[in-house]
Order: sequence, then C-alpha cells, then structure tokens
Amino acid sequence: MSEKTSSKLERILASGNLAVTSECGPPRGTDPEAIIEKANLIKDYVDAINITDNQTSVTRMCSLAACIRLKLMGLEPVLQMVTRDRNRIALQSDILGAASFDINNMLCLSGDHQSFGDCAAGQNVHDLDSMQLLQLVRKMRDEGKFLGGDEIKRPPKMFVGAAANPFADPFEIRVPRLAKKVAAGAEFIQTQCIYNLDKFEKWMEGVRERGLHEKVHILAGVTPFKSAGMARYMKNRVPGMDVPDDVVKRMADTPKEKQAEEGINICVESIQRLKEVEGVHGFHVMAIEWEEKVPGIIERTGLYPRPEV
Amino acid sequence: MIRSITQQKPLEEIDELLKGLGRVFLIGCGTCTTLTHTGGEPELSTMRENLTGVGKLVTGQVVVPVACDNLTGEIIKDYGGQIDQANVLLVMSCAFGVQTIASQLKKMVVPALNTMFIGKETGMGRFNEICTQCGTCIIGETGGICPVTSCHKGLVNGPCGGTDKGKCEIDSNRDCAWTLIYNRMKELGRLDSIKKFQKPRNHHGEPMPGRVDLTEKTQEATAK
Repeated sequence: MSEKTSSKLERILASGNLAVTSECGPPRGTDPEAIIEKANLIKDYVDAINITDNQTSVTRMCSLAACIRLKLMGLEPVLQMVTRDRNRIALQSDILGAASFDINNMLCLSGDHQSFGDCAAGQNVHDLDSMQLLQLVRKMRDEGKFLGGDEIKRPPKMFVGAAANPFADPFEIRVPRLAKKVAAGAEFIQTQCIYNLDKFEKWMEGVRERGLHEKVHILAGVTPFKSAGMARYMKNRVPGMDVPDDVVKRMADTPKEKQAEEGINICVESIQRLKEVEGVHGFHVMAIEWEEKVPGIIERTGLYPRPEV
Repeated sequence: MIRSITQQKPLEEIDELLKGLGRVFLIGCGTCTTLTHTGGEPELSTMRENLTGVGKLVTGQVVVPVACDNLTGEIIKDYGGQIDQANVLLVMSCAFGVQTIASQLKKMVVPALNTMFIGKETGMGRFNEICTQCGTCIIGETGGICPVTSCHKGLVNGPCGGTDKGKCEIDSNRDCAWTLIYNRMKELGRLDSIKKFQKPRNHHGEPMPGRVDLTEKTQEATAK
C-alpha cells in the first residue's frame, strides 16, 4: 500500500500509526461558524474530519462547501459523497471541484434512503452505486480519465474510502462484500459503529483469512452513547445497527446523571480492546452532536498526541 | 399476466381538474382497471354518483374492452352523441388508455387515475411491481430476482448496510432484495455470480420516451 496522493490520512496509515478520524455534520443553514466551531473542538485530536453528505437524507449545507471551509482552516477533510442525490455527471463534477481545493480524501457511500429525511417524496438517483463510485474515482485518479473515456486535465488525487457494516445480515456476505469494495478500489474503510465487539472480531477473522487487512486500512467506527435512551434507539430503530442487550442494560442500570459518562467509558473500553485486533489500523470516532467529547476519548485511549508525518 | 396498476386520484383533485367543466362523459377499461377495481363498471357507477353529487351532468358512460387498443376510437364512435354533449372525457383507464383516447378524439381528457407501475397480481387485490423496464436486464446473474426493481435503492452490486433480518431498512414488511438474491444463489450453488461487478447502467437503453423500431434494421440492411 504505497502512497499515491497528498492525503495526510494516507501518510499516517502508511507510516503504520493508528489513524484517528472523526466527523462533523454540516448545519441546516448557511452559517459557516457551525462547522468552524465543531472543527475547532476536535482538530488537534484527529488526523482527518469527515463531513457527512445530507446524512439520514435530511437537507443540510453541502459536504463539499463544508470541506472547503475545513481546508481554509488548514485541516484535513474527508469528503463524504452519497450516490442518492446526484447522477454521474454531477458526481464527477463535484470530484473535480473538491480536488481543485486539494481535498484529498473521499468516502464513497450509497446513502440512507430518502424516505428517512425531510424530502421523503424525492427521487432517489442511484445512477451509480457506492461500488461504481469507488471505481469511478479510481479511474479518474489512476487513469486520468472520465467515465466517458475523455482525458482529465490535472486528474484528481483522492485517497479513496468506503464504508462497511460488519453487522448487517446475512453476516456471511459481509466479508465478500468488503472484498468487492477493495477490488473496486477502496483504500480505507470506516466501519459502522461497533458495539458488538465479539461479532466485529469474528468479521475481522474473516477479513484476515482473505488477506484483506493487508490490502485496505480498516478504521473501526465507534459512537459514544449519551444516554440509555440513545442506546435503546440505536438498538431498535437504526437499521443495520447491532447493540447487544448487555450494553443496553449497562447503560440502563447507570443512574441518569452518570449515563453520559458511562457511554464514554464504554466507548473508551471498546477502543482499548479493538486496538489489539490485528488489521484494525485506526478509529473513526463519530460523536453525534457531541464533538466536545472527542478529545477526552482520544486522550484516554492513548491516541494523543497525534503523530506528525 | 402483467397489468397496468392504477389508483384513483383523490376526489378533490378530480374536482379541481373538472373545474368549469359541467358535462362529463365517463370512460372505463375492461382490462387492467377492471381487474384492479379502479375503472370497471362498478367504479364508473360510483364516480357517476360522485359527479352528480357535486352538480355535474354525466352525459353517458362506457367501459371499452381495451382502452389502449387503437380500436377504442372506433368503439367510442357509437357514443358520438353523448360525447358531443360533454365538454370533457373523464377516463378511468391507465395513462396508456387516456393517451390513446386523447389522440383519437378531439376532446379534452382528464385522467381519474394515477398510473403507478406495470405489475402483477400476486394475491387477491395485491399488486406488485416486478420489472421497471430499465432496458438493461441483469437478472441472469441474480437468480431471476430483479434488484433494480426490488431493492429500494436499485443497487446492482450487492446490499447496502441497512438490511435488517432479511427486511429492508425502510420498511420491515418488505424483503431485502439482496437477501432474497443471496439465498436463491446459495440454493443454486452460484454465489460466485454475485461477486461480479455490474457496470454503471446504460440509461440510454431506455431513452425517454422509449421507442423501438423493428423496421429500422431492415431499412439499414436494404440500404447496404
């Protein structure tokens, strides 16, 4: 896995350090301060910051604009791009636009179904799917060509990532699915939030059996619970999420005023255990609307200070 | 057998579409909308009552055998007098029928139904979309199950991360198409086939509006 881009995230992963990424959701309005504030809370504790792309299909400031905002602050953004809203012309065009601002990381996703959001009656595009988007970015970068075959002047240099959900069923399809994404061009993976560590470790066994851990950098996804209610919600209402009963119970058995702290404890313990899993090359800490807790989590897990590369 | 699946528009919308048009001639269809109970004899009678109730004059009604057939124009000629008296035709067929009628009679047409999809009756009164007619069929590699139609995101390279106990993330009553495909291919011992990359779809296979002209090739061949 030799370096192909100017991505700081790629450099850190190539150096053998555990990488740390986090994410910020853009605001439902035009105020850039919303992004700047969130980024300032976490910037010294992470190597790169994902900007979500209209997550849960709720209309927000576009990921690209928010990523540019991070670039202006001298930070390292990961442009999330879903295939739900844009056809292949718009996707390629946005990739060029992002690259023109030297945005060096991109995460290729299909995106939540639009029925979850504020435009439930909207068209879902999916002209390409996440797999085809991965192939597209790699083609643009490695061959310097558009999907249609024409040459790109100054091709984009993106470090290309994808998501993986080790927990959705059928479980046995999940390792082959990762293999397909790697073959399509994924160089790093950010996983779904991990609460069922046993199952994740079983998935990683399958990943190692096929040698995929040597072909792709896997960043384990974690999200701290703010409350027992959130744990129950994640368990019951968020599709593809696997929250074991004992984790929900641990949160529920904690007095209300201490639940937030307990949620952080669970997150820290998870990272500690996952650090020992062969093939885990870093962490993606998704503290949803709770960015101020990221520094503490990173410090407590010994991942601070971040390496200079 | 495939059918054009329709649903009646809300009465308020029909009223709005008929605003200022007091004399209405009703047309139903003896094929698809009779089967789906949206445009057969009973539905026409109910519609007639509704219209009369809001002060419209229904000059006549007919259920034609196949509204989308070109013979429809001929059949309707028998009702010439009643049609002449009306200032609008309210058509309770699918949009194929509405457009056929519109092209054959010089008369304002209003559809009473929304055409939802081309589907199949899979149980009493239950209709499912099986094919979206995308123009680039891949079901030879997915065990005869169409992900373009059955996956709510139309994903052709495998499932998203939202599969939940074999059901779709958007509706726990709907099967995840890719779980069905996986199970079918496993049964057939052909799991390798879903590893294949499906390329970006050629939407040009279904240019809007779709058109296939079998005579074009013959003409080309003759020209050579």
